[in-house]
Amino acid sequence: MTDLVIIGGGPAGMSAAVAAYESGIRDILILERDDSLGGILKQCIHNGFGLHKFGEELTGPEYAWKYEQRVHELGIEYKLNTMVLSVSPDKVITATNTEDGIFTVEAKAIILAMGCRERSKGALNIAGSRPAGIFSAGTAQKFVNMEGYMPGKEVVILGSGDIGLIMARRMTLEGAKVKAVCELMPYSGGLARNIEQCLNDFDIPLRLSHTVVQIHGKERLEGVTIAKVDERRQPIAETREFIPCDTLLLSVGLIPENELSLGAGIDLDPVTNGPVVDQDRQTCIEGIYSCGNVLHVHDLVDYVSEEAEIAGKSAAEYISGMSGEKTNITLKTDGKIRYTVPSKITSKKDVKVYFRVADVYRNVKINVLSGGEVIFSKKKPKVAPGEMETVMLKKDMLENVSELSFELEVM
Amino acid sequence: MYDCVVIGAGVVGAMTARELSKYNLKICIVDKENDVAMGATKANSAIVHAGFDAKEGSLKARLNVQGSKMMEQVAADLGVKYINNGSLVIGFNDEDKKTIAELYERGKNNGVENLEIVDKKRLHEIEPNVSGNAVCALYAPTGSIICPYELTIAAVGNAMDNGAELKLNFPVEKIDVIDGGYEVVSGREKVEARMVINAAGLYSDKIAAMVGDESFTVHPRRGEYILLDKDAGTLVNRTIFRTPSKMGKGILVSPTVDGNLLTGPTSEDMDCYEKGNKDTTAGGFGKIIKEAMENVDGVQFRKTITSFCGLRAVGSTGDFIITSPKQGFVNAAGIESPGLSASPAIAQYIAEMLKEQGYEFEENKDFNPKRAPMHHFREASIEEKNEIIKKDKSFGRIICRCETVTEGEILQAIRTNPKPTDLDGVKRRTRAQMGRCQGGFCMPYIVNLLAKEMNVPVEAVTKCGGKSVVNFSKTKEVGAND
Repeated sequence: MTDLVIIGGGPAGMSAAVAAYESGIRDILILERDDSLGGILKQCIHNGFGLHKFGEELTGPEYAWKYEQRVHELGIEYKLNTMVLSVSPDKVITATNTEDGIFTVEAKAIILAMGCRERSKGALNIAGSRPAGIFSAGTAQKFVNMEGYMPGKEVVILGSGDIGLIMARRMTLEGAKVKAVCELMPYSGGLARNIEQCLNDFDIPLRLSHTVVQIHGKERLEGVTIAKVDERRQPIAETREFIPCDTLLLSVGLIPENELSLGAGIDLDPVTNGPVVDQDRQTCIEGIYSCGNVLHVHDLVDYVSEEAEIAGKSAAEYISGMSGEKTNITLKTDGKIRYTVPSKITSKKDVKVYFRVADVYRNVKINVLSGGEVIFSKKKPKVAPGEMETVMLKKDMLENVSELSFELEVM
Repeated sequence: MYDCVVIGAGVVGAMTARELSKYNLKICIVDKENDVAMGATKANSAIVHAGFDAKEGSLKARLNVQGSKMMEQVAADLGVKYINNGSLVIGFNDEDKKTIAELYERGKNNGVENLEIVDKKRLHEIEPNVSGNAVCALYAPTGSIICPYELTIAAVGNAMDNGAELKLNFPVEKIDVIDGGYEVVSGREKVEARMVINAAGLYSDKIAAMVGDESFTVHPRRGEYILLDKDAGTLVNRTIFRTPSKMGKGILVSPTVDGNLLTGPTSEDMDCYEKGNKDTTAGGFGKIIKEAMENVDGVQFRKTITSFCGLRAVGSTGDFIITSPKQGFVNAAGIESPGLSASPAIAQYIAEMLKEQGYEFEENKDFNPKRAPMHHFREASIEEKNEIIKKDKSFGRIICRCETVTEGEILQAIRTNPKPTDLDGVKRRTRAQMGRCQGGFCMPYIVNLLAKEMNVPVEAVTKCGGKSVVNFSKTKEVGAND
């Protein structure tokens, strides 16, 4: 029996492990499928990580290294090249690697930190042929930054998520010509600073309300047809335009990888595609926690670390048999706010609530209501789907509350 | 000189080559593509039809019923997954009811066993997710599913194990009659053989014309499909067809042997000259989605993992064209549906034709009908898996997360005949890159494995042969050669 098993050795898993150790747990095992710790940060060689957490601009590998060093210093055990195959509701983990073969570990507590995957071209039903040269942006990033190969020379990018924007700059710096970034929505899903630094600084056109409607080329991609879309996001035929290119990169959304969670019988939130959790990041199964991009897709790794610390500390308290004063509060949203994490509060303590909005709104008030009364409110000049928002609920605000409603008031 | 050259490594060519390898014959299979199973075989409904569709007395009807009865044993010998899931033709109105009664009669006349007409109540008992608007169905318990390219790869592999040779990237340009046989020419290469089997699918009319047979033509009929993820795969157990009407056979909804849900095909006849158009279309997607949802409740198209288009080789006679225009030359043309189902029977039929022409078919006493299944590891027990990992550690390393495919399985596939030389070839043999992330994570690893095993630079690795390279160069080299 192991006290705590953490599935995933990326930023969430490492941060959770360090927090659990610092809360007194020593018997910790991280299971990581790749050949080193660090997760997706290893291929994110651009800077901009850690501004909130460390007050400095780090590259992805530098940010990861800070946590990896701590894991080494504290002597936290980990297994690399180890793929978890299943998690049972009674917390038995089955995994495989070349050294141990297929093995099981029984855990007192589990933290799920498997991250997310990119939506693929297949999921989009784009008409046309199926040539080489179509990659999700993260796959192309791995080829360029980790493997040292160039998967494209003339590039169109579909989707203006952060990885797409980062890759527009990266491919340009490596000598490729990025002809356009098409975004289905009338706004970008990426961070404002990435639009500035990755597109505008390199004169790469961002085509809002545009999508790829046809793929051309038999062996390698020869071009794409793009078109403007109407308010219902349907392509407008007269605006079809052919762009010759040999590469199409897709940055069309990230999907939390919850196949293991589903196998364990953990309830998922249909909006986030991640587990339903309370303020401790505990799932519907006692002793199984979730954090990072497997819980909900984050914009900044700093928030991932913050969330993972909560999960690590809570798991440590669970293992030690500590429990706080109970309550039962449901968090609701109004649609303009798409979801909150956590979506329920079961223990009376200060709770930082993370959420994302459905559209770009200007001059808004974020209101938290209980029984029709506003108990907290804050103003923001602008909110956007690409950026995570937070509200801090103090413990004393949770007295005699059974439901909290999160609403966005556009002024 | 070979005894026999088989032109086309689709399911018909593959099964025929395997059938002929039961005899002491020197066989060569040629195909114009970079892998086997690249034509109609690659993209179709993956159904072993019961045999109630084809007109009584036709070659289609006879070979379908015969072939589908043989298929289970063939699949078992070749280590290919085969599931006898049964099929239902559902009807929505009185006209459909009439058609279903006709199909029932036709099926019985064709020799299909255990056919049954079921009423609304029974239909929804056996398939609760079939649309509530369906009022009756023809139930064919002998209908089955199989993976057509897995079958073809295995059949070519088994033929090769029994001595056949395979030449890929060999587009036949000319066939000359020579003393005692034929010379089949592709560019500077040529093969000579006493017998020629024309199993060239869409191009079988062109091949026949090379020996002066212009008695038929073949045109492509496009069929688009949408494939859904495995968590949508349990929606129905049986293959659900719509009652055929003047508008065609309609869109089917079926589980696959690997547990996905397949929907399609559209049906669009193309000009004889448009043999390369495998584009999917927005209209096709719309039709599939609409009709699939009319037939079965709760088809979750948001679980789509890929879409594709196949070209069926439709002959001008309405029936399979299995003819011998010249001594030693056999056409197997116009093998549209139910060609997959009929393929083991077609192979025997061709062998018989050649025997009747006086060629000597001496039994190959060393013929081994068995081939080790490629999916053995995936389906082994934990104990068995650990035994394998102990012997070869690479079976402990997962490369494809979505389909849990190990490095060992990928290496085994790369080293087993017919050997894949591109990413899609590895995909069809191992299922790596075929899951929900469509290779997003594992593709760079597989590129490296292929490069290492084939001893070529990483930049030379392709998706599907030819110019379909994955990477153009090392970084820092872009523009250096331009």
